[in-house]
Amino acid sequence: MGLALSTRIICFLLLSGALLLGALGVVLLPNVVYSAFLLGGVLLSMAGLYLLLNASFVAAAQVLVYVGAVNVLILFAIMLVNKREPLRPMRVLLLRRLLSVGVCLGLLALLVQVALTTPWALPGPASIGEAALTRIGEHFFTDYLLPFEVASVLLLMAMIGAIVLARRDVLARDVVTGEPADQALLERQRTPLLPSQDGSSPSVPSP
Amino acid sequence: MMPITDIPLQAYLVVAAILFCIGVWGLINSRNAVRVLMSIELMLNAVNLNMMAFSSYLDGAQVRGQVFAVFVITVAAAEAAVGLAILLSLYRNRDTVDMEQFNLLRW
Repeated sequence: MGLALSTRIICFLLLSGALLLGALGVVLLPNVVYSAFLLGGVLLSMAGLYLLLNASFVAAAQVLVYVGAVNVLILFAIMLVNKREPLRPMRVLLLRRLLSVGVCLGLLALLVQVALTTPWALPGPASIGEAALTRIGEHFFTDYLLPFEVASVLLLMAMIGAIVLARRDVLARDVVTGEPADQALLERQRTPLLPSQDGSSPSVPSP
Repeated sequence: MMPITDIPLQAYLVVAAILFCIGVWGLINSRNAVRVLMSIELMLNAVNLNMMAFSSYLDGAQVRGQVFAVFVITVAAAEAAVGLAILLSLYRNRDTVDMEQFNLLRW
């Protein structure tokens, strides 16, 4: 990217700060709706970092897929299940939180240690500009063709799986007649609720 | 002391490490199931940031890290869709989103 070094450093600091503060907000805020909106901010900051790393295509994909699809999906899920419930108190909750803070700090120390002590063989950041998009396309259709096709199958499976899982349960028993019902019965003519002409009760199915 | 010619690779790696650890902490400690899914998204994004940094700094003109990042984004989208469908199904069955009460398969 053709920005000056100081501009890039300032952009990096601002974006990382927004990223980390937003991530802390996602995890720590009590209201889950605020968390979802902050998650959108985190994902946008991540797209900005991708732009700093000369990856404009992945930044666009990040904005489209994550902010446009995943975050909106999460917001819809929150709207569907947003029940204010008093959480049942747990005895060892504080101990568990402290223990997990310790574990996460240990993991962080390990990762930072590895990142800082490994002698990276750095050729330095190479910007190939718009040629990156061509290169990505070549990768997709030559040496990464199989993962590309498998990804499409995976998306199809995820779509069908999500539909099957989130489908509303069909009543196993017809409400009016009491007969066992299945999906084919959705098309069947229902027993009318009003008493018919000969005076038989509608709740008793005529055999 | 060499003059800084660019943002060091380690800066990106440290940011990604912090983001990943925040995600792990949220994954362990959240009691709202939606927040657990959001923490998983945070961890996937941290991994993506690592891959993009390596792709830009170590891989040169071959942008294989970006290809892998696109695959990770695809899998994350599929994971979010299925995860939220499972969450809706659980909410219909248990009438709660508290992770501590989803213990049907635990014991």
